[in-house]
Amino acid sequence: MASHQSPANPLESYRSGPDERGHFGIFGGRFVAETLMPLILELEAAYEEAKQSPEFQRDFDYYAAHYIGRPSPLYFAESLTKRLGGAKIYFKRDELNHTGAHKINNTLGQILLAKRMGKTRIIAETGAGQHGVATATVCALFDLPCVVYMGATDIERQAPNVFRMKLLGAEVVPVTSGTGTLKDAMNDALRDWVANVDNTFYIIGTVAGPHPYPMMVRDFQSVIGNETKEQILAAEGRLPDALVACIGGGSNAMGLFHPFLDDPVRIVGVEAGGLGVETGKHAASLTGGHPGVLHGNRTYLLQDPDGQIIDAHSISAGLDYPGIGPEHAWLFDQQRVDYVSVTDEEALEAFKLCCETEGIIPALEPAHALAHVSKLAPQMSPDEIIVMNLCGRGDKDIFTVAEALGVKL
Amino acid sequence: MSTEAKTDRLNKRFSELKESGRAGLVTFITAGDPSIEISQQLLDALPDSGADVIEIGMPFSDPMADGPAIQAASLRALSAGASLAGTLEMVKRFREKDSETPIILMGYFNPIYQYGSSRFVNDAISVGVDGLILVDLPPEEDDELCDPARTAGLHWIRLVTPTTDPERLRTVLANSSGFVYYVSIAGITGTKAASVGSVADAVSRIKDTTALPIAVGFGIRTPEQVRNVAAVADAVVVGSAIVETIEQHATGDRPDPESLKAQVLTLVKNLAAGTRR
Repeated sequence: MASHQSPANPLESYRSGPDERGHFGIFGGRFVAETLMPLILELEAAYEEAKQSPEFQRDFDYYAAHYIGRPSPLYFAESLTKRLGGAKIYFKRDELNHTGAHKINNTLGQILLAKRMGKTRIIAETGAGQHGVATATVCALFDLPCVVYMGATDIERQAPNVFRMKLLGAEVVPVTSGTGTLKDAMNDALRDWVANVDNTFYIIGTVAGPHPYPMMVRDFQSVIGNETKEQILAAEGRLPDALVACIGGGSNAMGLFHPFLDDPVRIVGVEAGGLGVETGKHAASLTGGHPGVLHGNRTYLLQDPDGQIIDAHSISAGLDYPGIGPEHAWLFDQQRVDYVSVTDEEALEAFKLCCETEGIIPALEPAHALAHVSKLAPQMSPDEIIVMNLCGRGDKDIFTVAEALGVKL
Repeated sequence: MSTEAKTDRLNKRFSELKESGRAGLVTFITAGDPSIEISQQLLDALPDSGADVIEIGMPFSDPMADGPAIQAASLRALSAGASLAGTLEMVKRFREKDSETPIILMGYFNPIYQYGSSRFVNDAISVGVDGLILVDLPPEEDDELCDPARTAGLHWIRLVTPTTDPERLRTVLANSSGFVYYVSIAGITGTKAASVGSVADAVSRIKDTTALPIAVGFGIRTPEQVRNVAAVADAVVVGSAIVETIEQHATGDRPDPESLKAQVLTLVKNLAAGTRR
């Protein structure tokens, strides 16, 4: 295992990427149509400028505290720790954020940037609808029109989130092109952007897409890891031994991991293994895919030998994406972060475990992380510490879980 | 090593067009749509129907710069068994009968990346491809395919769009040859058309910066539109209108290959008439 390592050369850092071309090693980049290039370059310049602006930071901090409810607690899951026997388990409780997931950390940052750039229309893609809801929420707050692209099949499966977005004033556009899933929603959002370059800002929901998105979304989500660092030092007087987070595109994981990349902490990303990586029905891009180019960046993708993209499968709609953020791809190749997968079934078990032991109904996404924690914790000693990102609450998933458990609501 | 020393079909074709005082017609079909066999027959018949340059779409599952018509064409081709190797095979067969008409392959990078960039460049040259348009490889990613392709003698054709400002235009033109593909609308393929006036302005602006021929595409569907654009550009590109004709005849209960071919080739003839005075 490659963890518990600081960089080999003390001058090196795992936190210095991307380079000026948006590359993390061979991953990342700007693989977009020429029509979008001027926008991407404009966005990059605007973001670099905003990063230096105390006013931008002040606005972000203000809304993070008073609107989202940050910092989210770092909670010692004592019953779960007792049940599993082994390492002390802490939950970073980003499910307590306004809207119930970590997604809003990023949509807040991006909409503040959109306003700063004078953009007057917001578009977004969504799979399960969490990012769509988080985008619709900040659009309502800042009074900007919002169009959310969502696969037609996901619209059927996620009716409550569709209704939430509409309540918040967003227009939800069903995507029927391709296979009508998250990747197609992203294609259609990119098509919208190409056609509406003058006034539109595209809020991408994860650490993927063309540069500067992977970096920018990571920076906004790093609030998770930065808080965790302070909180664990306050609670335990030391850094944790392991961090665990689930990965679809990888934004909650990158947010937790990034501030710790140069610390002697073992880091584990958990991909959705679906019915099992060996069945081909999964969403584990790193453990079951190989490098390719899609949606503006080079990363690990689920694809056939001809380079055609294969649909992902996971019980969790939020992990159901055939790619992964390019920085994860790089950390995987660098062996700085361990990437594992857990199956739908294991995630369901962990979902139940969390409900029963902690009185917390987790989203199916972090249930994947918990499934791995329940394997890892018993192998560690009671004086060791695991921090897991509980990145979303599970209200949205009760229908899916009921169906999987054969319960009729 | 350069094939330009042998024959440069693309430059030769644009010189001929210039001499005859007319604009060229560039037609687009997706390789393998609606089937490998019919697609080959269409390709082989395009020059006689009036196509001066042929663009062949390399099918990709996620063509994010294209509209519904061309995406559907890709998916039809893929379900008919199309692949990048199959596209090259189509060109090879075409070249057995036609050594004059320039062939441009257009598509997205991932299938080529899986095939291997240098293997692809070698194979493309050996089957008789003349140039490449890679939608998702902007100048920022030139080392991926543009540089090796140009070194080996393939033309690298780039899209210039209404969002391309003068400074960006120089970057876009720096490593390109053959012709410039002006995308007349900010948007995806197959949607609305631009006004002739705005196209004329854009073409003359680009001509201030380059001596390369300018082909104009996106949203051009009718012989009349072809005629209007042909008056101000060196070539006119038609894609979605042809692909939609294929779709209409390929998706019915009883697809009829003969009427499909007849319809497509009649459309191409009518479009070609727009380039001839």
